[in-house]
Amino acid sequence: MLYIVITYLWASILLYLLLGGADFGAGIIELFTSQKNKQITRKTLYSAIGPIWEANHMWLIIAIVILFVGFPVIYSTMSVNLHIPLTVMLIGIIARGTAFTFRHYDAVVDDMQHLYNSIFAVSSFITPLFLGIIAGSAVSGHIDPTANSFLSAYIFSWLHWFPVSVGLFTVAICGFLASVYLIGETKVEFERLRFAHKAQFFNIAAVVCGVLVFTAAYFEHIPLIEWVFGNWVGRIAILSATLSLVWMWYLLYQGKIALLRPLAGFQVTMILLTTTYRHFPNIVILKGGGYLSLLEHSGHDKTIESLGIALLAGSVLILPALFYLIYSFQTRPLEAGRDGH
Amino acid sequence: MNDFLAARSQMALSLGFHIIFSCIGMVMPFFMAVAHYYYLKTNQIVYKNVTKAWSKGVAIFFATGAVSGTVLSFELGLLWPGFMKHAGPIFGMPFSLEGTAFFIEAIALGFFLYGWDRFNKWFHWFTGVVVGVSGLASGILVVAANAWMNSPAGFDYVNGEYLNIDPIAAMFNDAWFSQALHMTIAAFAATGFAVAGVHAMMILRGSNVLFHTKSFTIAAIFGCTAAILQPLSGDISAKDVAIRQPAKLAAMEAHFHTEKSASLVVGGIPDEENKKVDFAVKLPGFLSFLAHGDFESEVTGLDKIPAENHPPVAITHYAFQIMVGMGMAMMLVAVLYFIALWKQRTWLQKDWLFKLFAFTTPLGFIAVEAGWTVTEVGRQPWIIYGVMRTADAVTPMPGIAYSFYLFTAIYFSLALFVIFMLYRQIKMVGMLYDHTGGGV
Ligand code: HDD
Ligand code: HEM
Ligand code: HEM
Repeated sequence: MLYIVITYLWASILLYLLLGGADFGAGIIELFTSQKNKQITRKTLYSAIGPIWEANHMWLIIAIVILFVGFPVIYSTMSVNLHIPLTVMLIGIIARGTAFTFRHYDAVVDDMQHLYNSIFAVSSFITPLFLGIIAGSAVSGHIDPTANSFLSAYIFSWLHWFPVSVGLFTVAICGFLASVYLIGETKVEFERLRFAHKAQFFNIAAVVCGVLVFTAAYFEHIPLIEWVFGNWVGRIAILSATLSLVWMWYLLYQGKIALLRPLAGFQVTMILLTTTYRHFPNIVILKGGGYLSLLEHSGHDKTIESLGIALLAGSVLILPALFYLIYSFQTRPLEAGRDGH
Repeated sequence: MNDFLAARSQMALSLGFHIIFSCIGMVMPFFMAVAHYYYLKTNQIVYKNVTKAWSKGVAIFFATGAVSGTVLSFELGLLWPGFMKHAGPIFGMPFSLEGTAFFIEAIALGFFLYGWDRFNKWFHWFTGVVVGVSGLASGILVVAANAWMNSPAGFDYVNGEYLNIDPIAAMFNDAWFSQALHMTIAAFAATGFAVAGVHAMMILRGSNVLFHTKSFTIAAIFGCTAAILQPLSGDISAKDVAIRQPAKLAAMEAHFHTEKSASLVVGGIPDEENKKVDFAVKLPGFLSFLAHGDFESEVTGLDKIPAENHPPVAITHYAFQIMVGMGMAMMLVAVLYFIALWKQRTWLQKDWLFKLFAFTTPLGFIAVEAGWTVTEVGRQPWIIYGVMRTADAVTPMPGIAYSFYLFTAIYFSLALFVIFMLYRQIKMVGMLYDHTGGGV
C-alpha cells in the first residue's frame, strides 16, 4: 500500500507540473507577449484553460494532503525550513487565482483590467519560480534542521544558485508546455505561428536554465550529473526525451500538430523521472548527508492503508469525470468572446 | 507581538476568512439549483437570469475560497509543524477524503459554469447539484477534522507517543456529529440571510424588482428554515460540550464556581481575577437545564479545573453571547417571515419586511465567526484537547509577526476586491439582464 501511496504522490506532482504548469505557462506567455498581441492571446488562453483551471490546481492539494497525512515528518521539516519560499509561493497562488477570476468576472470592463492582468502575469511567473526553488532546495542538501541561526536555518536553506536555477528551469518548462499546448488551441494561422515561436523561445530558455542548473550543482557539490547519468533509467530517459524533442520540432515544421502535446508531456515526464528516480526513496536531502525517506519516514501502517484506499476510491470517482470534462471542452470549445456562461 | 500570538492570529485570520467563502461555496449551489429548476420547469427567463447572476458570484467566491483553502493546507504546517507531525497521520483521513470531494466539486463547477446550452439541460442542472453536494460533503469532512482536535480519538497516547492509530475512529470522534450538524445549518442560515439581505436592499431601491424578488424568496426560505433549526442544533452542541469539554462550557458561560442548579449568565462582563461576572442577567437553574437537561444538575465550574488549563474566559463568553444573540434575532425574523408567507401575504409587499432583512444581512456571518471563536478559543490552551498544548505545536521560526501583517494586508485587500466585484455585479444586473426580458 505504501508504494501505491507513493505512486499517487509522484503522479500528482507530475500532473501538477504538466497541467498546472501549462496553466502557469499561459500567464508567463502573457508576460512575454508584446502589447499589441496580448488581447488575442488572452482570449485563446481563456478558452483553453477557463473550464479546467480549477481542477488543474487540485493536484497540488492532493500532493500536499498525501504528504501531511502519509509523511508528516517530511511535511513538517519542509514547512519549517522552507517557510519563506513556501509563503511566497502561497502569495503567488492567491494573487494568481483571484486575478484570473476577477478579470474574467468583473462585470464592468475598465482600467481595473490592467491591474488584474499585471497581477496575473507576474504571479504566474513567481509561483512556479518558487515551486522550483522549493523542489531544488529539498534535494540540494542545504536544509539543516539543527541550524540555530536565522540565516542558516531559514534563508540559506533555499537561497543558493542551485535552487534558484531549478526555479528558473521550472518557469521555462511551464512556458514551453503552455506554448505547445496553445498551438493546438487556436485556429488562426498567424497565432499558431506565434505560439510556435514562443515554444522555441522557451525551449531555448529551458536549455539555458538546464545548463545553469548543472553548473550550479557542480559548484555546490551536488552530484547531479551522477544522479542523472549514473544509471540506466536516467540515461534512457534523457536520451528518449532528447529524441522526442527533435521529433517534435520536425513535426512542428511539417505543420503536424496532433502529436505535439503528448511529446511535450513525455519530455517533462522523463525529466521528472530522471531527477527523482535516483533519489528514491529519499525526497529530502539534508545538510551533512542525512535524508528523509518516503519509506522510512512514512506514517503508521493503518494510516497509509486508509490513505491508499481513499486515493483509490477517489480516483474511481474523479478520473472518469475529469476526462469527460476535458473531452467535452475539447470537442465543444468555448468560442472566444462568447465565454459560455 | 510575539511569535506565538502572531501564529495564532494568522491561523485565526486565515480560517475566519476562508470560512466565509466556504459557507457560500457550499450553500449557493443549492440556491442556484432551485432557480435553475424553476427555469427549466416554467421557462421563465427571470429564473435563468437569477441562476446566471448567482453563478458569477459563486465563481468569484469559489476561486477565493479555493485559494484561501490551498493556503490553509500549507499553513497548518507552516505555523503548527509540531502539531502536524503527530496529528497529520491521525486526523488526516477526512482531509484525504475531502480532496476527492473538492476535486469533484471543481470538475462539476467546470461543467456547470461553462455548460450552458452545451449539454442536455438536465445533465447540466445535475452538475450544479453535484457542486452543492460535494461542497457540503467537504465541509462536513473538514469539520470532522476540527472536531478531532476538540475530542481526540483513534489513538492511544502513551509516554508522549501516539500508538494504535485508527484513522476511521479518529474521524468519527465524539464531537463530529454535533459540530458537523451545527456547522452545516449555520452555513445555510448565514448565506441565506446574507443573500436575502442584499436582494432586499435592491428591492427597497426599486430596481429590477421582479429579479430581486425571486432571488430574495429562494434565499430567504433557505435561510429562515436554517435559522429556526439552528438553536435546536446549538442545544445539542452545548449538551455535548458540557460532557466533553467542561472547561469550554464554563468559559462560554463565565461559570466560575461549580454548583447545582446553576444559573444561566446572559451578557455581563466577566472579571477573571475576582471570579465573578458584573452586570449580567442570571436565570437560575437554566444553565443546569441547558447543559444536562435537568434544572437541578451540577455544572462544573472553572474552580474544578487547574488554572493552567483555563481558556480565556472573557473572549469565549463574549463570543458565545454574540452567537446566541444573533441566533435569536435571526430566529425571530425567520418566524415573522414564515407568518408572512403562510398567513399574512400582504406583509410580503411591505417595506419594513425588506428593511428587516436588509438589516440582518451580516448577522449570520457574525454568528459563524463568533461560534468558531467559541470553539477554538474555548479549547485553549490545548491544540489537541488534553493531549498537546498549542504552545508546543508552534513553529520555531522567528518573525511570524511579519508574516501575520503580510497576510492581514493580503486578506484585507482581497476582501475589499471581492466586495468591489460584487458591487459591480449587482450594479450591472439591470444592464445585463433587463433588456432580455428579465424585468417582465
Ligand atoms: C449562523 C450561525 C450560528 C448561529 C445562529 C448559532 N451558532 Fe453555534 N456555532 C456556529 C454557528 C452558529 C458555528 C460557527 O458554526 C460553530 C463553530 C464550530 C461549530 O461546529 O459550529 C458554533 C459552535 C457552537 C458551540 C460549540 C461547539 C463545540 O465547540 O463543539 C456551541 C455550544 C453552540 N454553537 C451553541 C449555539 C447555540 C445554543 C445557539 C443558539 C442560538 C447557536 N449556537 C447559534
Ligand atoms: C477544520 C477546521 C479547522 C481546523 C483544522 C482548525 C485548526 C486550528 C489550529 C491548528 C489552530 C491553532 C492552534 C490553536 O490555537 O489551538 C486554530 C486556532 C484558531 N482557529 Fe481554528 N481550525 C478550524 C476551523 C476554524 C474556523 C472556521 C475558524 C473561524 C473563525 C477558526 C478560528 C480559530 C481561532 C479564532 C483560533 C485562535 C484560537 C486562539 O489561539 O486563541 N478555526 N485552529
Ligand atoms: C470549518 C472549516 C472549513 C470548511 C467548512 C471548509 C469548506 C470548504 C469548501 C466548501 C471549499 C470549496 C470552495 C468553495 O466552494 O468556495 C473549500 C475549499 C478548500 N478548503 Fe476549506 N473548509 C474549511 C477549513 C479548511 C481547512 C482547515 C483547510 C486546510 C486543510 C481547508 C482546505 C481547503 C482547500 C485546499 C480548498 C480548495 C479546494 C478547491 O480548489 O476546491 N479548508 N473549503
